[in-house]
Amino acid sequence: METEFTPIASTVGGVLIGTASVLLMLTLGRIMGATGILAGFFSPASRDDWLWRAAILAGMITGPVVYLALMGEMPAVQVPISTPMLLIGGFIVGVGVTYGSGCTSGHGVCGMARLSPRSIAATATFMVFTAVTVFVIRHVIGG
Amino acid sequence: MRIIIAYLVGIVFGVGISLSGMANPAKVINFFDFAGTWDPSLIFVMGGALVTTFIGYRFVLKRPMPVFDRKFLLPGSNAIDGKLLTGSAIFGVGWGIAGFCPGGALPALGTGRIEVILFTAALVAGIFAARALMHFRRPTAPTQA
Repeated sequence: METEFTPIASTVGGVLIGTASVLLMLTLGRIMGATGILAGFFSPASRDDWLWRAAILAGMITGPVVYLALMGEMPAVQVPISTPMLLIGGFIVGVGVTYGSGCTSGHGVCGMARLSPRSIAATATFMVFTAVTVFVIRHVIGG
Repeated sequence: MRIIIAYLVGIVFGVGISLSGMANPAKVINFFDFAGTWDPSLIFVMGGALVTTFIGYRFVLKRPMPVFDRKFLLPGSNAIDGKLLTGSAIFGVGWGIAGFCPGGALPALGTGRIEVILFTAALVAGIFAARALMHFRRPTAPTQA
């Protein structure tokens, strides 16, 4: 499935993701990591801790609705894989980000921006493994 | 106040993810498909997010404390160990299969699409399974970044 090259929308989106990361650090002193926020939502340290996590998750989910109001359509979600593979992939992602202590937002953006060697190693590792997995699925198995 | 701010930050993140293409598995998988239908857009997402965060953090982390809390909570560990690398490798395999990462999927829930709900349910199941396994193997509380 071909997708359109969108350098401008993607850059603006990236700047907004970065802005959210900076604002969360400025206000609440936290890393804008989806894994950490979600994991802590299910096991918060306190009621206050749960509340800000619930609020930021609610905000994230509101994002596409705001996008709809601005752009006149929902953001594209094209899923080129079967439901069983989607569930297997989701489960594997959950295991991986828990052992790896973070994902694309936590390690890839916030950690890399702090020049954390740990996050740079994590990001390099998952990028390579994602590319290899896509290659194997599309060109070795699916080829 | 903290709750309103967290909600607004979530919206900025959610709109950013929506605009960027990170909520779209077809686009994410194409970014990694150098040998096929390659779409380099996500380089621009990473670039925009990294440059903004890099510059913003320089200023923010010079402050003695955040505006609405007593201290900055930064991951203290610098260890590049087997757990970090194995976990990241596993995450990469899952991301390559599904095309969603957690930061892409959570905002995408707002589209109401059943595929996103199924992925997120499986993601949460994976988080709990890994925690149970960690707890079983080493009965100390795991830390999250």
